[in-house]
Amino acid sequence: MAHRHDTDHGSHMSALEARVRALETVLTEKGYIDPAALDVIIDTYETKIGPRNGAKVVAKAWLDPSYRDALQENATEAIASLGFTGRQGEHMVALENGDGVHNMVVCTLCSCYPWPVLGLPPVWYKSAPYRARAVQDPRGVLADFGIALPEETDIRVWDSTAEIRYLVIPERPDGTEGWSEEQLAALVTRDSMIGTGLALAPEAAGA
Amino acid sequence: MSQRDAERVFAAPWEAKVFALQQSLLDAGVFSATEWAERLGAEIAKDDCRDDAEGTAYFRYWLKALECLIAEKGVASADNLTGLSADWLAAAARTPHGKPIELTLK
Repeated sequence: MAHRHDTDHGSHMSALEARVRALETVLTEKGYIDPAALDVIIDTYETKIGPRNGAKVVAKAWLDPSYRDALQENATEAIASLGFTGRQGEHMVALENGDGVHNMVVCTLCSCYPWPVLGLPPVWYKSAPYRARAVQDPRGVLADFGIALPEETDIRVWDSTAEIRYLVIPERPDGTEGWSEEQLAALVTRDSMIGTGLALAPEAAGA
Repeated sequence: MSQRDAERVFAAPWEAKVFALQQSLLDAGVFSATEWAERLGAEIAKDDCRDDAEGTAYFRYWLKALECLIAEKGVASADNLTGLSADWLAAAARTPHGKPIELTLK
């Protein structure tokens, strides 16, 4: 080794980082992973997969009754037909809001979530309070998100598993007749597809 | 999309790395999606009181779940991983600031 010039200051590495490096080292060494492939995976989830995918599914369902039927029939296939496939999206179920029903999704066990259409879950979805309260007090959770639904609305909470992932199809906002798929997709928020929000009103789109 | 949708997927590079490692092992068939969900759920449940509302502990549970499953599947023992972590910390300590930290396996 070369002589050390800087005897006082080495580089900083946290214990967590060291544990992750150890995993990467041993898995590379044993041929389980390709370090270059890791970067591709990370880039995909940071930049390519996110709630805009789900928003396209919802907008298409609002516009095209046959697509809406296909989504009810077999959501996994209907979603894959738009090119959204992959991990944690193998068995999708679409939950349509409307007719006095509001659907809301949680994973009480950990954080199962439909990645191909929504990306990775937001921080609050993974938190203990949400996981516990979504089932016990869905109206309270909705109130925290600023959503008040009529007394008579039937709120249904769906617990995701490793096998089944849900996508909520929010109600199409009034005043959007004649809107294009792209315009409609801009009204579909991530939260509206988890059921902790509603689709935006046309005024909010800033169009 | 609303502002809230724009939040970052990973809070630190090590979180992204843990995520990518888990995906690769799932693809390689080292464990199944169900095994993963059960293990991660168990780790989260164990430490539940420390899982704050911000969810910052989340990827630490991922790391623990991954280390456990890898040991369980006989890929690398806990001792092996602990030793390698120590090697990485030592490598960092002897690397001048700003230089890439490297570890040569013995």
